[in-house]
Amino acid sequence: MTREVKAIGLISGGLDSTLAVALVRRQGIAVKAVNFYTGLCITETQRRKGGRPDGTIPQNEALRAAADLEVDVEYVDISGREYFDMLVHPRWGYGANANPCVDCRVFMMRRAREIMEAEGADFVFTGEVLGQRPKSQRRDTLRIVERESGLSGRLLRPLSARLLEPTIPEREGLVDRAGLLDISGRSRQRQMALAAELGLSGWPQPAGGCCYLTDESFARKFFDVLDAREAAGEERAIVRDDVILLSTGRHFRLSPRAKLLVSRSEVENAILEQHAAGRARLEARDVLGPVALVEGTPTWEERLVAAAIVARYGKGKDHPKVVVAWREGELEELYEVEPERDEARIEALRL
Amino acid sequence: MTYVPAPPEPDRTIDTSGKLCPYPIVEAAREVRLLETGAVLCVISTDPGIQLDMPMWCKATRNEHLGTYRQGNCFRSFVRKGER
Repeated sequence: MTREVKAIGLISGGLDSTLAVALVRRQGIAVKAVNFYTGLCITETQRRKGGRPDGTIPQNEALRAAADLEVDVEYVDISGREYFDMLVHPRWGYGANANPCVDCRVFMMRRAREIMEAEGADFVFTGEVLGQRPKSQRRDTLRIVERESGLSGRLLRPLSARLLEPTIPEREGLVDRAGLLDISGRSRQRQMALAAELGLSGWPQPAGGCCYLTDESFARKFFDVLDAREAAGEERAIVRDDVILLSTGRHFRLSPRAKLLVSRSEVENAILEQHAAGRARLEARDVLGPVALVEGTPTWEERLVAAAIVARYGKGKDHPKVVVAWREGELEELYEVEPERDEARIEALRL
Repeated sequence: MTYVPAPPEPDRTIDTSGKLCPYPIVEAAREVRLLETGAVLCVISTDPGIQLDMPMWCKATRNEHLGTYRQGNCFRSFVRKGER
């Protein structure tokens, strides 16, 4: 009797990881798909905020892909202190923005190795394609990820496998190398042809790029938080609440000591309300307007600037004066301000 | 008149209100593992995404999605544990 070969597949729901699962399953290998939750997925945040502007809710692509392929799927939440520390102190540095892709891959593959061992699986595989991404999918960084995760020889990239050293499951005959591919580079033509051949459809466009850390605007805010904490003599670190707030509202750096966050919607109002503890909460008193928070220790002048910006984003933006309530715990102060109308001044403060 | 089937009597109910994707599914998965085959789990959620997520998760994991119903501000999603 031959034993069942089992593999752990990392699935995002994008085209490449979906194809990788399909290729491995086509060889009769039992696949358990794993999706890592980091709290940094743009689509998930969009869902959290009530969906798209047209009212539709984006589907969870990892679940969709697992359902289409009928593979068992498990969510693994890695959005804890250890993960956030890695984001702040990446050993292999950042990509173009706040994306420490190599460190993130190492982190995920270590967890995947633990799952592989716990499940008694033979190997881990991903949808990575050699040369598709400038930092994390080069030949040298693919090797780093494999070595540093402790998966040496047990990390298969089915889409590029024939361009890479044979892995242990290939050498042992558990995986037929001839059934794997030799795709490299950024073109997706071969993947799309393969998807058509396998009858797969409905993958998200564009594939990948769902991570906030690769977003330039998010990265500015991410590093601003770290720099401000360091300047204040605090630990250069972020926590889960920071991640939620960094993807919520308009952010304005009032000074090294103070930052203003202004909601853009009802849902963001609710998110900011949930995070008001330990921060000042601002809202126009007699006209409709956004909820806003101020972090840090603003000066009197900075308080007035914050109130004027909050007034500018409310229904009273054309009024000569707006009263803005500034609440900290049980204390409330009222500031009567002229809504800020100088867009250049607002932009100069915007993160 | 639209016929709305009565939701099944669950063997276990979990309340994930206030939690957002993917936590309702993470918690449902954990609870389903503890159930006997054929048992029914009811997942209460305030995340409207559960209407999409639960049927897909059930299809992927070979459990049976019995229906997801709106009840006031929340959703009740019913899953029958499939054979392993």
